[in-house]
Amino acid sequence: MYTQALNAKPDAGEPQLEDAALLEAFQARIDAEDRIEPNDRMPAAYRKTLTRQISQHAHSEIVGMLPEGNWITRAPSLRRKAALLAKVQDECGHGLYLYAAAETLGTSREELVDQLLTGKAKYSSIFNYPTLTWADIGAIGWLVDGAAIMNQIPLCRCSYGPYARAMIRVCKEESFHQRQGYEIMVTLSKGNEAQREMAQDALNRWWWPCLMMFGPPDAASQHSDQSTKWKIKRFSNDELRQKFVDATVPQAHYLGLTLPDPDLKFNEQTGHWEYGAIDWDEFKQVIAGNGPCNRDRLAARNKAHAEGAWVREAALAYAEKRHARKAAA
Amino acid sequence: MKDVFPLWEVFIRSRNGLAHKHVGSLHATDATLALQAARDIYTRRGEGLSIWVVPSNAITASDPADKEMMFEPTASKIYRHPTFYDVPEEVGHM
Repeated sequence: MYTQALNAKPDAGEPQLEDAALLEAFQARIDAEDRIEPNDRMPAAYRKTLTRQISQHAHSEIVGMLPEGNWITRAPSLRRKAALLAKVQDECGHGLYLYAAAETLGTSREELVDQLLTGKAKYSSIFNYPTLTWADIGAIGWLVDGAAIMNQIPLCRCSYGPYARAMIRVCKEESFHQRQGYEIMVTLSKGNEAQREMAQDALNRWWWPCLMMFGPPDAASQHSDQSTKWKIKRFSNDELRQKFVDATVPQAHYLGLTLPDPDLKFNEQTGHWEYGAIDWDEFKQVIAGNGPCNRDRLAARNKAHAEGAWVREAALAYAEKRHARKAAA
Repeated sequence: MKDVFPLWEVFIRSRNGLAHKHVGSLHATDATLALQAARDIYTRRGEGLSIWVVPSNAITASDPADKEMMFEPTASKIYRHPTFYDVPEEVGHM
């Protein structure tokens, strides 16, 4: 679903051991829209940048199960509960496709998961916000998944084959997520006063963090150049953010809800919705670990990992036992 | 590392009459669990009628560095293609 550390900083500081001719040949393949496959020769910095980006994307999917999982037992109907369960299961699947894609670059899933659990790796800042009401489930599907789709569609054409293929699968499933979220918002906004207020409150809380999902403004983001050159990234943060705003504002109006931005206005000339200033200090705080739920999320992942250890151990022991028996027979 | 599960490659046949196609990989301790996980991860929306799981280390792959040696010679053998041969127009489609 969700991405954002999508602008993993390329490891430019890494000593470039490859000779210039090889780098040039690699760039020529990229420029020719050739896809890079796991065993192909690639610059060390390309490998490192992608490993970090794909694994952070995977971590985001896995941590992303937590805020929504919070409402599975309290979904208002069986229909909603079944849909939410299916969505959360999809997020887990997305995490697994992505870990598998990251592993093709030579780092094991165990190592990558370890980086998440120890807090060394980042994940999307959006999951450090709490889901306080049922309307948050609607807002997440509509806005968070909507923002994720904007980010992920261009990634289907990323230069690294396994990542692009994983993204194609993810994008196909993402559409269900967004529609189920919007349907929840439609239902609430057509409901009674308390339900409409609940929908508005969720929109108020999720709108700005969703705009932050696209990452720092282009002027402040020096990481994108190399990723753009390598065709990992196809659009700038601000371009994607604008696409999201343009697509989402009319959807909010249909719901009869107000976007929590007094400066929001339509520019007739450009055909775009112009939005107010984003609080980048809040973004930095959340990324730095000081968001409302950072500690809870990491604690929950660590608890689940520790409590699942016996299952992993039992499965391995069983496989070893069967293997030994077979060998003895 | 004690916790390492072997890697499996997953192939799915989407409908009868088509070949199994590689869709991705996963980790599992044995074939039974690999098959179960493949079903959960890769066929949640009717993507397949049949699944194969193969231990990744059982696959022998060509080396990308040998690409030219392996595949380039075919480019020069245009006489292997039907369009290389002229058939008189009066004969019609062949």
